[in-house]
Amino acid sequence: MIDTGIGSPAAIFGILLSAITVSALLIWVERKLLAVWQDRIGPNRVGPFGLLQVAADMIKMFFKEDWIPPFADKPVFVLAPVIVFATMLSGFAVIPFAPDVGVVDLNFGLLYFLALSSLSVYSMILAGYASNNKYAILGGLRAAAQTISYEVFMGISVMGVVMLSGSFNLRQIVEAQRDGWFIAPQFLGFCVFLVAAIAESRRAPLDLPEAEQELVAGFHTEYSGMKFGMFFVGEYLGVTLSSALIVTLFFGGWLGPWLPPLLWFCLKTGICIAFFILVRGSLPRPRYDQLMAFGWKILLPAALFNLLATGAIALTVARI
Amino acid sequence: MDALPVSVDTADGPPPVISELAALFGQDSFSLQPVADGIPTLWVSAGDIRRLLGFLKNTLIAGYKLLFDLTAIDERMRSHRHGLPDSDFTVVYHLLSFDRNDDIRLKVALSANALALPSICDIWPAANWYEREVWDMFGIVFQGHPNLRRIIMPPGWQGHPLRKEHPARATEMEVFSLSEQDQAFEQEQLRFVPEEWGMRRHNDDSEFLFLNLGPNHPSVHGVFRIALQLDGEEIIDAVPDIGYHHRGAEKMAERQSWHTYIPYTDRIDYLGGSMNNLPYVLAVEKLAGIRVPERAQAIRVMIAEFYRLASHLLFYGTFAQDVGQMSPIFYMFIDREKVFDILESISGARMHASYFRIGGVALDLPHGWEKRVAEFIEYLPRRLDQYHKMVMKNSLIKRRTQGIGAYSRAEAVDWGVTGAGLRATGFGWDYRKARPYSGYENYAFDIPVGKRGDCYDRCAVRVEEMRQSLRIIKQCLQQMPAGPYKTDHPLGTPPPKTAALHDIETLIQHFLNSSWGPVIPAGEASVTIEAAKGLNAYYLTSDGGVMSYRTRIRTPSFAHLQMIPAMCRGMMIADLIAILASIDFVMADVDR
Repeated sequence: MIDTGIGSPAAIFGILLSAITVSALLIWVERKLLAVWQDRIGPNRVGPFGLLQVAADMIKMFFKEDWIPPFADKPVFVLAPVIVFATMLSGFAVIPFAPDVGVVDLNFGLLYFLALSSLSVYSMILAGYASNNKYAILGGLRAAAQTISYEVFMGISVMGVVMLSGSFNLRQIVEAQRDGWFIAPQFLGFCVFLVAAIAESRRAPLDLPEAEQELVAGFHTEYSGMKFGMFFVGEYLGVTLSSALIVTLFFGGWLGPWLPPLLWFCLKTGICIAFFILVRGSLPRPRYDQLMAFGWKILLPAALFNLLATGAIALTVARI
Repeated sequence: MDALPVSVDTADGPPPVISELAALFGQDSFSLQPVADGIPTLWVSAGDIRRLLGFLKNTLIAGYKLLFDLTAIDERMRSHRHGLPDSDFTVVYHLLSFDRNDDIRLKVALSANALALPSICDIWPAANWYEREVWDMFGIVFQGHPNLRRIIMPPGWQGHPLRKEHPARATEMEVFSLSEQDQAFEQEQLRFVPEEWGMRRHNDDSEFLFLNLGPNHPSVHGVFRIALQLDGEEIIDAVPDIGYHHRGAEKMAERQSWHTYIPYTDRIDYLGGSMNNLPYVLAVEKLAGIRVPERAQAIRVMIAEFYRLASHLLFYGTFAQDVGQMSPIFYMFIDREKVFDILESISGARMHASYFRIGGVALDLPHGWEKRVAEFIEYLPRRLDQYHKMVMKNSLIKRRTQGIGAYSRAEAVDWGVTGAGLRATGFGWDYRKARPYSGYENYAFDIPVGKRGDCYDRCAVRVEEMRQSLRIIKQCLQQMPAGPYKTDHPLGTPPPKTAALHDIETLIQHFLNSSWGPVIPAGEASVTIEAAKGLNAYYLTSDGGVMSYRTRIRTPSFAHLQMIPAMCRGMMIADLIAILASIDFVMADVDR
């Protein structure tokens, strides 16, 4: 399994750069896709097809005054956006882009991802707490409850995949899908994971921690400039990371005929990202208690059932 | 059609309520005032008013359940008051009975040195804000009022703006300056003290969080503030605070000619455009005794229904958006643009067309209007079908809005709720059907009603109203009468120019009406219409001048916002947002 490409400085640098670039570009992709679906034109003023809008947004954010509200808890206020940015970016380390492209090949890659995803919630809680703003603290509280709950279902939902492939290593999970993607035997697990992934990345319609119509901007109400930018790009990093993981776990990762593996992986991830954006454009937001009830009363039993059924079938097949 | 109601009432004699009151309270407990709108208008003494109002609401069979309006008039500068009781300030109670399909107006005369009346907040909860407004604007004290504070003006304001001695123009006042002390004083006035708002800081179990929602918040549709008392995310109490959008529209009416005030009315419910002109011009026409030609009436109906569509489409989109659905608003804006395109081709303007005139409309319909209107009434129903699937059938929307913010018909009437909010409780009462104005009796349409009176039903009623509006527009298209688009009455403004160029009499009339503005005969008239957001009324008092003596604008949103605390206690913040979205208000309509 050790490949020359994995972990080389060129690979690390390339993946880091492309993850950030793709996430930044997603700002444009999302605006353009939503515009198409909403019968609008979308950004079209800066550069061809408005592509340079990303550059314009970035320049604006970089040059904004780096302002910290006088009533905020300064060290924590600064630390919070760094956490989400750092954890999301480190998540890309275990993603198997192609057989010979990646940063590290960890035996516990999946667990590593789940751990990082849990860490990222500190970003919201600390941001909400440090802002010393009532909307922010409500957003932070929602983030804590939502993320911690949905983590549970996320963890359980992928255990079926682990059972079928017999490994926590993401590369081995991909290899195990040579005979068929796990989406078919693990459809229930996929559904739970998808909902949990949307909730974990706090994307509409499960964007309760920032719920614009209710909490103005939730946990990042007091943030501006580059610190806000980190939250912003952090969200897109989360979307990209979740999509990459969904592709790895359920859609056979880099596997596919004719095209090179890396292209397959990017293509599948792109479709998955577009799906995330489509969901945002079409669904209303559930209420906070409805979201929690949905998680604990429907997703948890579904994930547990999936775990038991997969286990039972795997054992039976092994016996035969 | 369009028989002037003045003659109707004088022909039939006074309505039965007068004899019922006379039988119970004695013939001399009140005196009748003749008014141009034919609403029985009684002068009663300050001592009797509570008894009479309580009787009219609670005891009388088929009583006057709705406190439609409560306002006052500063009478000290009024010259045409022959036969009326002496009064410096008159407080006016306007009640409406659904069962009798009739209104009644009670007036109480107050002298300037005893400006006090007993409060009627215990009879109608809706009286709370109205009494506060009268106190704020005129300085009339309502004894027994639970919370008689300023409502529209800022807490530190000096004077009472609708009194005649209060300046109406900046040029009548001293140059404004804000010293350090004044600024500190103003800021101190704005400090939030929960006890002043009638809220406790904690109970035995928990300390409450006070969240200041607004005046700038994404979901309050303008500048509206609600102070929330929260336990976690649960709303213990809510106190709405209004007045941030106050422009003094009623005061401005006393400084504008009858004609030049029309554009101001467009901006009261700024989503309703020319529909706002309608009650105003109808009231002026009633005062002047102008008969509006049939074609002008039909054009007015068509334009008003187009504006109802525009307003409801925006409501529909923001309703979905406020419960977190992002896309519908964009589709509905496209449709709304189409409505505005048609309105623009007819009137030359989009949102605030000021298209109606005293005695008719500004311009005749342009050539080819039929084609655009016909295309649109073909186009919209299909879009509405799509939206129905997208929004009304969405199970998340249902979960967020069904059973949320529900009230019964009795509660709604007590709080002065009208329009779609009242019909959502299952009460099919529409002013256009009950008392047709501007020729609404000539059109076939249904009154959509809801069942539960919750957020979902309020939306569903408005959605169906759009289809009914389309029906009315279709009938306008099919049976648009020929003839003049404005009256030839001398007070119609502006008078037809063609005649002015041929004979000196109309030229003089034209010149005077254009320079001074028309002189409207002294009198009082109030006209109500079924506006997009509920019942909208203009109560005009003319002192026989070129300007109104007093213009009272009764807007639906003012009453609706007052009910928010009753609707959202025990709910969560997200529910409050759904409730706000379902009320369909704009702050310009509340504060005026």
